[in-house]
Amino acid sequence: MSEQTERVRKIRQLIAAHKRWDLFFSMLGLMALMVGVLTFTALFAQMVVDGLPRLSPDFFTSFPSRKPEQAGILSAWVGSILVMIVTAATAVPLGVGAGIYLEEYAPKNWVTDLIEINVTNLAGIPSIVYGLLALGLFVYQFGLGQSIATAGLTLGLLILPVVILATREAIRSIPAAIREGAYALGATKWQTTSHHILPYSLPGIMTGAIIGMARAIGETAPVITIGALTFIAFLPPPPVKAEAPFVSLEWLMSPFTVMPIQMFNWTSRPEAAFHHNAAAAGLVLVVMTLSMNAIAIYIRYRLRKRIKW
Amino acid sequence: MKDPLEIKALRLAIGSLLALVSTAAFGAQIVKIDGSSTVYPITEAVAEEFQKAKRGAVRVTVGISGTGGGFKKFCRGETDISNASRPIKKSEMEACRKAGIEYIEMPVAFDALTVVINPKNTWARSMTVAELKKMWEPAAQRKIEKWNQINPSWPDAPLKLFGPGADSGTFEYFTEAVVGKAKSSRGDFTASEDDNVLVQGVSRDVNALGYFGYAYFAENQKRLNAVAVVPAKGKPAVGPSAETVENGTYQPLSRPIFIYINAKSAKKSEVREFVEFFNKQADMLVREVKYVPLPPKAYAHNLDQLKAMTVGTRFGGESKVGLTIDELMALEAKL
Repeated sequence: MSEQTERVRKIRQLIAAHKRWDLFFSMLGLMALMVGVLTFTALFAQMVVDGLPRLSPDFFTSFPSRKPEQAGILSAWVGSILVMIVTAATAVPLGVGAGIYLEEYAPKNWVTDLIEINVTNLAGIPSIVYGLLALGLFVYQFGLGQSIATAGLTLGLLILPVVILATREAIRSIPAAIREGAYALGATKWQTTSHHILPYSLPGIMTGAIIGMARAIGETAPVITIGALTFIAFLPPPPVKAEAPFVSLEWLMSPFTVMPIQMFNWTSRPEAAFHHNAAAAGLVLVVMTLSMNAIAIYIRYRLRKRIKW
Repeated sequence: MKDPLEIKALRLAIGSLLALVSTAAFGAQIVKIDGSSTVYPITEAVAEEFQKAKRGAVRVTVGISGTGGGFKKFCRGETDISNASRPIKKSEMEACRKAGIEYIEMPVAFDALTVVINPKNTWARSMTVAELKKMWEPAAQRKIEKWNQINPSWPDAPLKLFGPGADSGTFEYFTEAVVGKAKSSRGDFTASEDDNVLVQGVSRDVNALGYFGYAYFAENQKRLNAVAVVPAKGKPAVGPSAETVENGTYQPLSRPIFIYINAKSAKKSEVREFVEFFNKQADMLVREVKYVPLPPKAYAHNLDQLKAMTVGTRFGGESKVGLTIDELMALEAKL
């Protein structure tokens, strides 16, 4: 009898010890999480405290100025948005096309393997390298100059691997039965892709593309390398004209600046008031990035609801 | 997407964006400027005022590629004006000559390199150039690590040095003026391209010493003290200020900073007008951005040079330490 209670006691001890470890590990995990979350919260809070008083409608509609209280981010946010349009227009079709080809069409051989490895590696290349490539290729070789088109193409190249990988992940998550069902009914490869694969993988693709864009909007190094300007007090020509053909692409060749460059310039100025401007610009940039991510989540949620397997 | 409110909001947003974008004037002439970050605040101020005065008929863009990066673009003919915190170098003169680019050299302001210490540092309020040299020369590396090694009357405390990175024009001029050879410096100091980092570093450590452009000291006078410099034995120590720089007594750490104008661009009316505006407004605008303006006759001299299209540099590819503005104006420009 006493031997049995002894055994039960030992087992209880063992369980208690394991539970302690369990608690210990969950605490450790929580701490690891908090390091990231608290750091971000502290940085964000600091930025809000410094920058919020500067956020006014004027801040968005004024050009940069030597007087910190009159300086604004008009040329920067317009530049950022125009560059993002070019980036999206190049990276999304190219990335989705490449992803579909690799997943659906490419024969399984060593050439495909090599391409796959390279695409994965490309995602890890420092962004400055893309800047140097673009300086040689787009600015001088293609003669695009220090323009919105150059910046958009450069950032498009930068996020291309992200879009390709997201597309492939999204396609892979579609059950094989869907594909086989389509083939069984006599659909061609393209019919299968356009009627089934693409619509079902769209939420994943869109999410990947927008997250890639959110990364691109904060990039500074490659944009500086290709020669974005620091002081620019005018906007690119508008994409719409009063006379025929009504659409103008002149803005593609316009000089520009973007949000991170404006911010970077303000942080390096001696006057403290400029540092507040930088914080305010940073706040706008963070909100831009977060809202892009929010849009990605919303799109995924909306589109996923429609899919019924 | 069937929700009419959603569509209305979208239209409103696009409409207001287009209205905003289309308010700017188009087909305007552009003056392209790039180069040194030291000269940038001045050029930015002039560009801002010039565009206001012209009501948007002429546009000015200013980039920051550094003096060297600026000259690279300038000698490829990509920019009209290059900001430079030092005179053009031999290799850059050669590049411009090969591309057939001639230029007009104009000093536009003084920058006073300022040696700063922590306000709690009571012992090193003034220093001789020899002491600065002992502190910064390459031979000091890992040897001079305490204040009393430089001057026995200073305390036995660790010496913490802060300075700009090796790519900056400030570094180049300081080493030339203090050590005697450009870019010749000890390497074991905290270097940063961002001068605000240097300000932070020195303001937090009693035993720290650093150097950077005067504007950064002017904005942080509560947190830093400027070291008065004794230019040579027997002479009084002089601290940096608008007067001491203007009358040429703050030596050898005050230097002129320049703009270089592409001679072909200078024939275009918008560039010519910009340069004229620059020299006429310089006195006020230079003061406003915390640099020291040149005497009025120097700006008049610049305008004469523009009128006469005097091309070339007065320095022959070498930088000269301790040059007064009168001496500078007396030199003849050569390509």
